[in-house]
Amino acid sequence: MTAAASGVVLLTMAAITVFLIYRAVPALRGNAANFFTEQRWDADGTPPRFGIAAAFYFTVLTSAIAIVLAVPVAVGVALFINYYAPRRLSSGLGYMVELLAAVPSIVYGLWGFTFLAPHLTGLVSWLDRWFGWTIVLRYRPESAPNNYSPLTAGIVLAIMILPIICSISREVFQRVPREQIEAAQALGAYRWETIRMAVLPLGRAGVISASILGLGRALGETLAVTMLLSTAFAINIHFTETGGVTFASIIALKYGEAGPTGTGALIAAGLCLFLLTLAVNFAANVIVRRNKVA
Amino acid sequence: MTEPRQGTAKQDEDAPPVQTFLRYTHRGAPGLADTVFEVADLSVYYGDYEAVRDVTMAIGRRQITAMIGPSGCGKSTVLRCFNRMNDLIPGARVSGKITYHGEDLYAPEVDAIEVRRRIGMVFQKPNPFPKSIYDNIAYGPRVNGVRKGLDDIVEEALRQAALWDEVKDKLKESGLSLSGGQQQRLCIARTIAIKPEVILMDEPCSALDPIATAKIEDLMHGLAQDFTIIIVTHNMQQAARVSDRTAFFTADVDDQGVRHGRLVEYDLTGQIFTTPSDKRTEDYITGRFG
Repeated sequence: MTAAASGVVLLTMAAITVFLIYRAVPALRGNAANFFTEQRWDADGTPPRFGIAAAFYFTVLTSAIAIVLAVPVAVGVALFINYYAPRRLSSGLGYMVELLAAVPSIVYGLWGFTFLAPHLTGLVSWLDRWFGWTIVLRYRPESAPNNYSPLTAGIVLAIMILPIICSISREVFQRVPREQIEAAQALGAYRWETIRMAVLPLGRAGVISASILGLGRALGETLAVTMLLSTAFAINIHFTETGGVTFASIIALKYGEAGPTGTGALIAAGLCLFLLTLAVNFAANVIVRRNKVA
Repeated sequence: MTEPRQGTAKQDEDAPPVQTFLRYTHRGAPGLADTVFEVADLSVYYGDYEAVRDVTMAIGRRQITAMIGPSGCGKSTVLRCFNRMNDLIPGARVSGKITYHGEDLYAPEVDAIEVRRRIGMVFQKPNPFPKSIYDNIAYGPRVNGVRKGLDDIVEEALRQAALWDEVKDKLKESGLSLSGGQQQRLCIARTIAIKPEVILMDEPCSALDPIATAKIEDLMHGLAQDFTIIIVTHNMQQAARVSDRTAFFTADVDDQGVRHGRLVEYDLTGQIFTTPSDKRTEDYITGRFG
């Protein structure tokens, strides 16, 4: 039974991969540009010229922003709920965080588009003032009038992946043995010192896997990102400027109008996203194994 | 040492009630001129449940005091009052009084964190942190604000815990790489490193094999030169071997059918194991009960 079930999973995986490759190859053959370095996406032109450079860049960038913002907040919320909040508050808070996961991504997209982006001007000007020297955070209002930028998309993604990271972290922290916590407390540790010595080291592997799950979701998120990024097939190193496209958003945007070569090209992009998430999961496994406490 | 002694039952009949007996004898009793803790009418509650009722006893300085008794008799609960570990359990509270060098341990102005920095604790299951041996020992001093001379503190603590020779070449290795007995000595060293006056031990050998147990018992004799030790143990032979004084607890059922932990008898260990004055103690140590 179990062998058959896992066989089905493996077969499905293999079938998906074969299908993607089978449909992608002809389009890739006809591509006049280098698939990996070309930023433009003109798959149905003559000759077709398309590449994933821009999509790869923005996918990784928005997801990275999301992870950097979400992980500390999620871990902080998890610690607060588990160790600081009074009991009555903590169950309510936990429930609220889980509700965030129930909000459909189209709603996040709408909210980001109509509310968050227009309200971010203050933040990006502030970032420009203090961190403009990093170049990536430099802000020129004329090139980002609406803040439909990778930064905005990253913030929305961060909120979307927060619940999963938070709830998994909470569970991991709950499994830290009581003896460990008592050991620290018996040495006269304050709460934060106890958390740092007993809770975080034992929870580290779990927090990493939680983050990777969140990252996987951010990489593949389509709707909200498609709504927030105005399609621009050019790598822009400024996080706060308009533009950008991700694997998922190219596919969502272009699928309806794609001809035969265009469809193949989009499938190739899908294959790349598939490989990217696969690589992330593999890396996560390695990291978790290395961080496991003996 | 636990052979039944005939003839003590007769003494029991006209012995005064236990609490009175204690109240009149513990002060000024041999070896107890110098007390660290005095416990008076201590009761411990978890919510509405009175887990331990009316314990009165005094703990002698640089002595080893053993607390024995059947499961559920409240000995661990009482032990956890000495460093206010019970504070961490929601709904737990105490009534009565525990003084530490004459100071009320539960006075509102007393900081429980400060109490735990002076009164260390070793637990039933060895619980080193998942960190290096060095960091395990250095943790206590670090949270106490010590930054300099950590190497010396670590070495001294490990020597006092009779672990130095076994680990001196692998201080950077994980504390969890050690054997169970070594882990427990590491935990003792970790406690010593904060230089407490008292070390509380909650069944420290119950997870260890006999050889590791013997090592810890040897160690305790040495530690009693510098520290006051209170040990809770399931093992009567252990209490007889290591302790100067022994307190015997049991669980009483009251009129409403609720069980409460009670202190039955507290005396020099030799007395408890040869001529206990209470029938219940005698039954327990001779194996007729518990």
